[in-house]
Amino acid sequence: MSPKGRPEGESDPKRVSAEGRPATDSPIDLATFQALQETAGADFVAELVDTFAAEAPLMLAELRSARAAGDAERFRRAAHSLKSNCSTFGALALGARARALELDGLDADPVRDAAAIDALDAGCARVVMALRELARG
Amino acid sequence: MGDAGARLLVVDDNKVNRLLLIRALELQGHRGVGAENGRIALEMLEREAFDLVLLDIAMPEMDGFQVLERLLANSRLRDLPVIVTSAVEGLDSVVRCIELGAEDYLTKPVNPVLLKARIGAGLEKKRLRDQQKELVRRFATREVAQDLQESGFALGGKRVDASVMFADIRGFTTLAESQPPEETIELLNTWYTLMFDAIGAHGGVVSLMIGDGLMAIFGAPLPLPDHCTRAVRAALEMQDTMALFNDERRLAHKPEIRIGIGIASGAMVAGYAGTNERATYTCIGDTVNLAARLEAHTKIAQHPVLVDAATHAGLRPGILARSLGPVTVKGRSAAVEVFAVDGIVK
Repeated sequence: MSPKGRPEGESDPKRVSAEGRPATDSPIDLATFQALQETAGADFVAELVDTFAAEAPLMLAELRSARAAGDAERFRRAAHSLKSNCSTFGALALGARARALELDGLDADPVRDAAAIDALDAGCARVVMALRELARG
Repeated sequence: MGDAGARLLVVDDNKVNRLLLIRALELQGHRGVGAENGRIALEMLEREAFDLVLLDIAMPEMDGFQVLERLLANSRLRDLPVIVTSAVEGLDSVVRCIELGAEDYLTKPVNPVLLKARIGAGLEKKRLRDQQKELVRRFATREVAQDLQESGFALGGKRVDASVMFADIRGFTTLAESQPPEETIELLNTWYTLMFDAIGAHGGVVSLMIGDGLMAIFGAPLPLPDHCTRAVRAALEMQDTMALFNDERRLAHKPEIRIGIGIASGAMVAGYAGTNERATYTCIGDTVNLAARLEAHTKIAQHPVLVDAATHAGLRPGILARSLGPVTVKGRSAAVEVFAVDGIVK
């Protein structure tokens, strides 16, 4: 885990999906997402994606607020929560970014955290878009 | 309750996780109810019945560890199965949860097949625990069941200050010989039901049933500050109940039932006696022997309720009792002062 919030292998061209296919540009692991649809039902997953789309900005806002307040516990919890949802939907790279923030905690340099949260925010937008596309089938 | 159709509480601050777990439960035929954090979960557990809890760890206000600690300290909720579902990494969290009484620990995202198996196992454990509690409730009193649940079972006793009552049906052998055994069993069951109600209504615990008699304790396993008054009031209620019961028997052209009651108060040892496999909650000591002797003495004294001096001294105002003077009872070298209880001041 080199630069803060940047998981190793994120842009690894050799990355493959769980089914052994070469990874696409999608930020979502298709096997994980399809397994979720199979077990919970496609309609339900579409609703769940909407819930995530509504909740993700709140989690990011909580991260920024915790950073501003210097509240390490809240910071870790918000990153943990985002990581957990990424893992559910198969947003592996974004999940790895969130995990890095959870495990590293508050950085001594607030600017580095702010940059990491910005990157997370941008990644989140991509993930939500991709999830909505996949959910529509 | 079988495995299917259970009611589960899903405690998770993350809405996506909460909805997904509730969905997984619904697909398994259960009902899931959500709670956003540990504090809300405990409030819901206090006022509603759940069969199992799925508990997250990292939550605001009150986290999963704190919930487990609270459940462990609560005798009513201690046995409720809890499966921790968390994305918190590291073995330390798992160990801590198990030490705090969690049944299991599932890592998020939770595998639905694994979840189903763990829930099935958790519900089966709860079913067995409930069955065990029901058995204890059936064969022990509510107070003894509570004492067992809170303090656990251990042979041995502790010194308590309490009142002991012995009650017995007069002329039972003659009565039993004059009627079919089925009728005698029915009579005994009715008698026990009436006496249990009267004793229980005043905080007493029936610890022993011997043929046509019983022994009850007031002040153990749970202490009762006014145990003398409670025991005597129970005795008077037992007499009143028997009067009503005899009205019915007279109408059915059946012989009346008379009872004798002896009460003694003071120090005694209360606890579980027997073996580790089979034991009963009882009291022993000189006070207990005296109560049994007083009950036997009701036949000679021709008075249905007799108490010792300690019980008389412990009575609150409002109960009519008179001294019958010193009486020599079996098993005692010195005479003891005996009081006859006549009723309550109107």
